Amino acid sequence: MSDTWVDGNGLAGALRELFAVDITTARGTCVGCGTVGPVAGARVYTRAPGVVARCPGCGGVLFRLVRGPDRAWLDLRGVTCLEIQVPDSG
Amino acid sequence: MGIVSRGFGGRRSSRAVNLPPGQYLVEDFPVLSAGPTPLVNLGSWTFTVRSETGEAQEWNWAQFLALPHESITVDLHCVTKWSKLGTAWEGVSLDTLLSDVASSAEFVLVSAYGGYTTNLPLEDLLDGKAWVADRYDGEALSPEHGGPARLLVPHLYLWKSAKWVRDIQLLNNDEPGFWESVGYHNYGDPWREQRYWGD
Ligand SMILES: [Zn+2]
Repeated sequence: MSDTWVDGNGLAGALRELFAVDITTARGTCVGCGTVGPVAGARVYTRAPGVVARCPGCGGVLFRLVRGPDRAWLDLRGVTCLEIQVPDSG
Repeated sequence: MGIVSRGFGGRRSSRAVNLPPGQYLVEDFPVLSAGPTPLVNLGSWTFTVRSETGEAQEWNWAQFLALPHESITVDLHCVTKWSKLGTAWEGVSLDTLLSDVASSAEFVLVSAYGGYTTNLPLEDLLDGKAWVADRYDGEALSPEHGGPARLLVPHLYLWKSAKWVRDIQLLNNDEPGFWESVGYHNYGDPWREQRYWGD
Protein backbone atom coordinates (compact mmCIF):
# COMPACT_ATOMS: atom_id res chain seq x y z
CA MET A 1 0.00 0.00 0.00
CA SER A 2 1.54 3.34 0.94
CA ASP A 3 4.77 1.75 2.15
CA THR A 4 6.74 4.60 0.59
CA TRP A 5 10.08 4.66 2.34
CA VAL A 6 13.27 5.95 0.80
CA ASP A 7 16.71 4.77 1.81
CA GLY A 8 18.73 6.31 4.59
CA ASN A 9 20.76 8.50 2.25
CA GLY A 10 17.72 10.76 2.36
CA LEU A 11 18.73 11.64 5.91
CA ALA A 12 21.99 13.29 4.95
CA GLY A 13 20.64 16.80 4.61
CA ALA A 14 18.47 16.70 7.71
CA LEU A 15 21.23 15.36 9.92
CA ARG A 16 24.07 17.48 8.52
CA GLU A 17 22.51 20.37 10.35
CA LEU A 18 22.90 18.61 13.70
CA PHE A 19 26.10 16.66 13.22
CA ALA A 20 29.38 17.82 11.77
CA VAL A 21 29.99 14.42 10.25
CA ASP A 22 28.03 12.52 7.62
CA ILE A 23 26.01 10.32 9.93
CA THR A 24 24.63 8.13 7.13
CA THR A 25 27.85 6.10 7.05
CA ALA A 26 27.80 5.53 10.81
CA ARG A 27 26.92 2.01 11.89
CA GLY A 28 24.19 1.52 14.47
CA THR A 29 22.67 -1.44 16.29
CA CYS A 30 18.89 -1.87 16.43
CA VAL A 31 17.55 -2.06 19.99
CA GLY A 32 14.73 -4.29 18.83
CA CYS A 33 16.53 -7.05 16.93
CA GLY A 34 20.25 -6.39 17.12
CA THR A 35 20.72 -5.84 13.40
CA VAL A 36 23.90 -3.86 12.79
CA GLY A 37 24.17 -1.66 9.74
CA PRO A 38 24.85 1.79 8.36
CA VAL A 39 22.31 4.55 8.94
CA ALA A 40 22.00 4.71 5.14
CA GLY A 41 20.46 1.25 5.27
CA ALA A 42 17.44 2.41 7.29
CA ARG A 43 13.94 2.74 5.85
CA VAL A 44 13.01 6.37 6.18
CA TYR A 45 9.44 7.68 6.27
CA THR A 46 9.22 11.37 5.49
CA ARG A 47 5.51 11.88 4.72
CA ALA A 48 4.77 12.41 8.38
CA PRO A 49 4.96 15.17 11.01
CA GLY A 50 8.62 14.21 11.40
CA VAL A 51 11.20 11.87 9.91
CA VAL A 52 11.04 8.26 11.07
CA ALA A 53 13.89 5.81 10.37
CA ARG A 54 13.06 2.13 10.73
CA CYS A 55 15.21 -0.98 10.97
CA PRO A 56 15.40 -2.96 7.71
CA GLY A 57 15.52 -6.12 9.82
CA CYS A 58 12.50 -5.80 12.13
CA GLY A 59 10.73 -2.57 11.12
CA GLY A 60 11.24 -1.13 14.59
CA VAL A 61 11.80 2.60 14.99
CA LEU A 62 15.52 3.45 15.08
CA PHE A 63 15.13 7.18 15.42
CA ARG A 64 12.74 10.06 15.00
CA LEU A 65 13.60 13.61 13.96
CA VAL A 66 11.21 16.54 14.27
CA ARG A 67 12.09 19.88 12.73
CA GLY A 68 10.31 22.94 14.11
CA PRO A 69 10.87 26.46 12.82
CA ASP A 70 13.67 27.20 15.28
CA ARG A 71 14.35 23.88 17.01
CA ALA A 72 14.89 20.25 16.12
CA TRP A 73 14.36 17.16 18.25
CA LEU A 74 16.17 13.88 17.71
CA ASP A 75 15.19 10.72 19.54
CA LEU A 76 17.70 7.89 19.12
CA ARG A 77 16.27 5.44 21.62
CA GLY A 78 15.94 2.71 18.99
CA VAL A 79 19.69 2.66 18.32
CA THR A 80 22.49 1.54 20.56
CA CYS A 81 26.06 2.74 20.08
CA LEU A 82 26.57 4.54 16.80
CA GLU A 83 30.01 3.80 15.34
CA ILE A 84 31.12 6.94 13.47
CA GLN A 85 34.11 7.23 11.13
CA VAL A 86 36.34 10.18 12.02
CA PRO A 87 39.60 11.50 10.53
CA ASP A 88 42.65 9.53 11.70
CA SER A 89 44.21 11.53 14.54
CA GLY A 90 47.40 9.45 14.55
CA MET B 1 -18.20 22.77 12.38
CA GLY B 2 -17.85 23.59 8.73
CA ILE B 3 -19.88 22.21 5.93
CA VAL B 4 -17.85 22.98 2.81
CA SER B 5 -19.48 25.39 0.42
CA ARG B 6 -19.02 23.89 -3.02
CA GLY B 7 -19.79 27.28 -4.55
CA PHE B 8 -16.14 28.24 -4.73
CA GLY B 9 -15.42 25.59 -7.31
CA GLY B 10 -12.81 23.84 -5.21
CA ARG B 11 -10.49 26.83 -5.22
CA ARG B 12 -8.69 27.63 -2.04
CA SER B 13 -10.53 30.33 -0.22
CA SER B 14 -9.66 31.20 3.34
CA ARG B 15 -11.80 34.31 3.38
CA ALA B 16 -14.98 32.24 3.53
CA VAL B 17 -13.90 29.87 6.27
CA ASN B 18 -12.50 30.23 9.73
CA LEU B 19 -9.25 28.26 9.91
CA PRO B 20 -6.95 27.86 12.92
CA PRO B 21 -3.84 30.07 12.78
CA GLY B 22 -1.19 28.99 10.27
CA GLN B 23 -3.41 26.48 8.47
CA TYR B 24 -4.33 26.32 4.78
CA LEU B 25 -7.24 24.60 3.11
CA VAL B 26 -6.95 21.42 1.05
CA GLU B 27 -9.59 19.62 -0.98
CA ASP B 28 -7.78 16.26 -1.23
CA PHE B 29 -7.05 14.07 1.78
CA PRO B 30 -3.27 13.86 2.28
CA VAL B 31 -1.94 10.56 3.62
CA LEU B 32 0.71 10.84 6.32
CA SER B 33 2.33 7.81 7.86
CA ALA B 34 5.26 7.13 10.16
CA GLY B 35 5.66 3.58 8.91
CA PRO B 36 4.23 0.86 6.70
CA THR B 37 0.45 0.66 6.51
CA PRO B 38 -0.61 -2.29 8.69
CA LEU B 39 -3.08 -4.55 6.93
CA VAL B 40 -5.30 -5.70 9.78
CA ASN B 41 -7.37 -8.85 9.24
CA LEU B 42 -10.95 -8.24 10.41
CA GLY B 43 -11.04 -11.79 11.75
CA SER B 44 -8.32 -11.04 14.25
CA TRP B 45 -9.07 -7.33 14.85
CA THR B 46 -9.86 -6.35 18.40
CA PHE B 47 -10.31 -3.06 20.19
CA THR B 48 -9.58 -2.95 23.90
CA VAL B 49 -10.15 -0.44 26.67
CA ARG B 50 -8.00 -1.12 29.72
CA SER B 51 -8.42 0.68 33.03
CA GLU B 52 -5.55 1.80 35.24
CA THR B 53 -6.15 -1.28 37.39
CA GLY B 54 -5.79 -3.61 34.39
CA GLU B 55 -9.46 -4.38 33.95
CA ALA B 56 -10.04 -4.83 30.22
CA GLN B 57 -13.03 -4.64 27.93
CA GLU B 58 -12.55 -5.99 24.41
CA TRP B 59 -14.62 -5.94 21.23
CA ASN B 60 -14.06 -8.05 18.14
CA TRP B 61 -15.09 -6.69 14.75
CA ALA B 62 -18.63 -8.09 14.82
CA GLN B 63 -19.18 -6.79 18.34
CA PHE B 64 -17.83 -3.39 17.36
CA LEU B 65 -20.11 -3.17 14.32
CA ALA B 66 -23.10 -3.95 16.56
CA LEU B 67 -22.44 -0.92 18.76
CA PRO B 68 -24.53 2.19 18.08
CA HIS B 69 -22.84 4.27 15.38
CA GLU B 70 -23.09 8.02 14.86
CA SER B 71 -22.64 10.08 11.71
CA ILE B 72 -20.20 12.93 12.24
CA THR B 73 -19.19 15.79 9.95
CA VAL B 74 -16.05 17.51 11.22
CA ASP B 75 -13.09 19.65 10.18
CA LEU B 76 -9.59 18.13 10.30
CA HIS B 77 -6.45 20.10 11.14
CA CYS B 78 -3.05 18.49 10.56
CA VAL B 79 0.01 19.89 12.33
CA THR B 80 1.76 19.91 8.93
CA LYS B 81 -0.59 22.86 8.27
CA TRP B 82 -3.30 21.49 6.01
CA SER B 83 -6.94 21.60 7.04
CA LYS B 84 -9.78 19.71 5.41
CA LEU B 85 -13.31 20.85 6.14
CA GLY B 86 -16.58 19.00 6.34
CA THR B 87 -15.30 15.42 6.40
CA ALA B 88 -18.06 12.84 6.89
CA TRP B 89 -17.46 9.85 9.17
CA GLU B 90 -19.36 7.12 10.93
CA GLY B 91 -18.16 5.65 14.17
CA VAL B 92 -18.78 4.76 17.77
CA SER B 93 -18.58 7.51 20.37
CA LEU B 94 -15.94 7.08 23.06
CA ASP B 95 -18.76 7.86 25.51
CA THR B 96 -20.22 4.50 24.46
CA LEU B 97 -16.91 2.64 24.51
CA LEU B 98 -15.93 3.98 27.93
CA SER B 99 -19.37 3.84 29.56
CA ASP B 100 -18.81 0.58 31.46
CA VAL B 101 -15.26 1.32 32.57
CA ALA B 102 -14.79 2.08 36.23
CA SER B 103 -11.88 4.48 36.43
CA SER B 104 -10.54 7.53 38.21
CA ALA B 105 -7.75 7.99 35.66
CA GLU B 106 -7.18 11.38 34.08
CA PHE B 107 -5.07 10.36 31.08
CA VAL B 108 -5.09 7.86 28.25
CA LEU B 109 -2.43 6.36 26.01
CA VAL B 110 -3.86 5.24 22.67
CA SER B 111 -2.02 2.45 20.82
CA ALA B 112 -2.38 1.39 17.22
CA TYR B 113 -1.63 -1.63 15.08
CA GLY B 114 1.87 -0.97 13.80
CA GLY B 115 3.06 0.45 17.11
CA TYR B 116 2.00 4.12 16.94
CA THR B 117 0.94 5.77 20.20
CA THR B 118 -0.56 9.10 21.24
CA ASN B 119 -1.61 10.50 24.62
CA LEU B 120 -4.57 12.64 25.64
CA PRO B 121 -6.42 13.76 28.74
CA LEU B 122 -9.34 11.39 29.27
CA GLU B 123 -11.81 14.30 29.29
CA ASP B 124 -10.90 15.04 25.66
CA LEU B 125 -12.38 11.68 24.66
CA LEU B 126 -15.70 12.26 26.47
CA ASP B 127 -18.88 14.30 26.02
CA GLY B 128 -19.23 13.78 22.27
CA LYS B 129 -15.72 14.91 21.35
CA ALA B 130 -14.19 11.64 20.09
CA TRP B 131 -15.08 8.52 18.15
CA VAL B 132 -13.63 5.28 16.85
CA ALA B 133 -14.51 5.68 13.19
CA ASP B 134 -14.88 2.78 10.76
CA ARG B 135 -16.47 4.55 7.79
CA TYR B 136 -15.41 7.64 5.82
CA ASP B 137 -17.38 9.37 3.08
CA GLY B 138 -19.96 6.59 3.02
CA GLU B 139 -17.52 3.73 2.62
CA ALA B 140 -15.48 1.38 4.77
CA LEU B 141 -12.41 3.23 6.02
CA SER B 142 -9.47 2.44 3.76
CA PRO B 143 -6.17 1.23 5.26
CA GLU B 144 -4.23 4.35 4.24
CA HIS B 145 -6.67 6.51 6.19
CA GLY B 146 -6.56 4.21 9.21
CA GLY B 147 -8.96 1.35 8.46
CA PRO B 148 -10.38 -0.90 9.73
CA ALA B 149 -10.90 1.77 12.40
CA ARG B 150 -9.20 4.89 13.63
CA LEU B 151 -9.58 7.29 16.50
CA LEU B 152 -11.19 10.61 15.57
CA VAL B 153 -10.57 13.56 17.90
CA PRO B 154 -11.21 16.48 15.58
CA HIS B 155 -10.74 19.30 18.11
CA LEU B 156 -7.03 18.44 18.37
CA TYR B 157 -4.33 18.21 15.67
CA LEU B 158 -4.82 15.11 13.57
CA TRP B 159 -1.79 13.21 14.93
CA LYS B 160 -3.97 12.60 18.02
CA SER B 161 -6.52 10.76 15.84
CA ALA B 162 -4.53 7.53 15.76
CA LYS B 163 -4.98 5.43 12.63
CA TRP B 164 -5.43 1.64 13.03
CA VAL B 165 -6.46 2.09 16.64
CA ARG B 166 -6.03 -1.01 18.78
CA ASP B 167 -6.40 -0.12 22.42
CA ILE B 168 -6.87 2.67 24.91
CA GLN B 169 -5.02 2.45 28.21
CA LEU B 170 -6.30 4.63 31.04
CA LEU B 171 -3.50 6.05 33.16
CA ASN B 172 -3.14 7.98 36.41
CA ASN B 173 -0.01 9.66 35.04
CA ASP B 174 0.37 11.19 31.61
CA GLU B 175 2.72 9.31 29.27
CA PRO B 176 3.89 11.03 26.06
CA GLY B 177 3.21 9.20 22.81
CA PHE B 178 5.12 8.74 19.54
CA TRP B 179 5.28 12.41 18.49
CA GLU B 180 4.65 14.00 21.88
CA SER B 181 7.95 12.52 23.12
CA VAL B 182 10.01 14.11 20.34
CA GLY B 183 9.05 17.75 20.12
CA TYR B 184 5.34 17.84 19.34
CA HIS B 185 3.04 19.52 21.81
CA ASN B 186 1.60 17.35 24.54
CA TYR B 187 -1.96 18.62 23.98
CA GLY B 188 -2.10 19.94 20.41
CA ASP B 189 -4.95 22.45 20.23
CA PRO B 190 -4.94 23.85 16.67
CA TRP B 191 -6.83 27.01 17.69
CA ARG B 192 -4.02 27.87 20.11
CA GLU B 193 -1.44 26.68 17.55
CA GLN B 194 0.10 24.20 19.97
CA ARG B 195 2.42 22.51 17.48
CA TYR B 196 5.68 22.06 19.40
CA TRP B 197 6.94 21.80 22.95
CA GLY B 198 6.53 25.15 24.67
CA ASP B 199 4.01 26.56 22.15
ZN1 LIG C 1 15.61 -4.26 14.17
